Amino acid sequence: MRLPFGGPKRGEKTGRPRSLNEPPLVRGLLTAAALIFILLFLLLPLGIVFTKAFGEGWSMYSRSVFEPYALRAIRLTALTTLIVVPLNLLFGIAAAWAISKFDFRGKNLLVTAIDLPFSISPVISGMLFILLFGAQGFFGPWLLERGIKIVFALPSIVLATLFVTSPLVARELIPLMRSQGSEEEEMAVTLGASGLQTFLKVSIPKMKWGLFYGVILCSARSVGEFGAVSVVSGHIRGLTTTVPLHVEMLYNEYQFTAAFAVASLLTMLALVTLVLKGLVEWRASLRDEGR
Amino acid sequence: MSGRRGVLPGFGLAMGFTLWYLGLLLLIPLGALVLKAATVDPEKFAATITSGRTLAAFRLSFGAALVAACINGVFGLLLAWVLERYDFPFKRLVDGLVDLPFALPTAVAGIALTTLYAGNGWVGRHLAVLGVQVAYTPLGVVAALTFVGLPFVVRTVQPVLRDLPAAIEEASASLGAGRLQTFFRLIFPELLPAAATGFTLAFARGLGEYGSVIFISGNMPMKTEITPLLIMIKLEEYDYAGATAIALVFLAISFAILLAINALSLRSAHPVRRG
Repeated sequence: MRLPFGGPKRGEKTGRPRSLNEPPLVRGLLTAAALIFILLFLLLPLGIVFTKAFGEGWSMYSRSVFEPYALRAIRLTALTTLIVVPLNLLFGIAAAWAISKFDFRGKNLLVTAIDLPFSISPVISGMLFILLFGAQGFFGPWLLERGIKIVFALPSIVLATLFVTSPLVARELIPLMRSQGSEEEEMAVTLGASGLQTFLKVSIPKMKWGLFYGVILCSARSVGEFGAVSVVSGHIRGLTTTVPLHVEMLYNEYQFTAAFAVASLLTMLALVTLVLKGLVEWRASLRDEGR
Repeated sequence: MSGRRGVLPGFGLAMGFTLWYLGLLLLIPLGALVLKAATVDPEKFAATITSGRTLAAFRLSFGAALVAACINGVFGLLLAWVLERYDFPFKRLVDGLVDLPFALPTAVAGIALTTLYAGNGWVGRHLAVLGVQVAYTPLGVVAALTFVGLPFVVRTVQPVLRDLPAAIEEASASLGAGRLQTFFRLIFPELLPAAATGFTLAFARGLGEYGSVIFISGNMPMKTEITPLLIMIKLEEYDYAGATAIALVFLAISFAILLAINALSLRSAHPVRRG
């Protein structure tokens, strides 16, 4: 059984016969090496964020976090995430429905296309929208004439974030829906339920944990996206700076405490994401056991 | 293809929306990149790609991503092994923490690693005594990419290791093989395809990474400037043609390498020895 944060229950695996286990010294050395790696690359970075954030006391921390530019950055990031996540959720459900419930030519190509943004550098992803909508871009002059601002404004921040996070929900749902099969849905339709009823009453409850997890991943990535947004935002303080960009600007201005204070908000959000992920995996393991 | 649509409705709607979305969000922007590249003067294209600065950026990006993926290959296997096979305090917490690089915004990782590995940082201070400088050197790029790619190998190898039947190890032991022999002759080949997948994912992630690298690398042209940063600089100088040329070639090389690794690991996934 898998518990939150995985791993077998204590003592479960140590019951292995001696011939199938390593000598205690080897076990100790391997564990120590693994833990030193975790310490250097995961624990110390986490530790330094909070140490530096609170390094000049609580009042400095709260001033950095509640300062108007920080609040505007938070508002922009929240707005972007609220637009991006529902759209990618719809896309993920549609793509997973088409791919897992039906047979058609070119399915593998479609799956590859959905995954494509993962193999494209975020900077290049952002650049694509500059090429389309920037001043020298394909639609740039046309947009300029009509006074429509896309680049260095909210629309391009949303587009770049959409691009980068578009595979996340689909990727979570496709394998889940494939492994669950369609018998229940087929039964519902055969018994006279409409397509919409079947979808809402049968399919959605079946995949709710996958949906939840996909939404968590997509939100986390939207909030934290840096490279793609960095290209299209123009770094106009208070207008087009998302929270990660605000952190970057503070850091580059040597306002380290403020940078880490704002970064600590993102870090806490990341930790919450990890806890929720553990929870979803725990639920999934309970369900598997119930079968 | 059977062409069987089954009794379920919604194929047209789901497929239509999927293709429309991908078309707008992916195909048109990628088409713009290719179209833009086609309009770039070939001489300018060649000059940009073969300039010393671009070549240095390519070398650093591919080299650092490769080294980081190798480090993650070794430590990913080690972590997966230790997490699946051994017991130690706070093991579940450590297991959950492995996903941190997926969840932590890259800019936060970047400033945290820089502060940690700078000459006066918690870790950098001790490395400086040994004469090793990490921040603002290519080593810093490797450190950032190691962080970013850390979860991949662990997460691909763990399920395989968990499902490995104990019977084959028992058989090996009862036939007189030592633990080391059993590991290298029996267990390691079973883990290899999964590890290769994780390695590829980590490598791909490292190639394009930007946020965690730019703080720790110091961004010196010819020395510690990664390709995505060079593209960024070209864009900031409004040199769209140069940026397009570099981006297109970088993407083409990346895809070629990833396809090659995938082909190799597909072959190793169907080893002859099973016969």
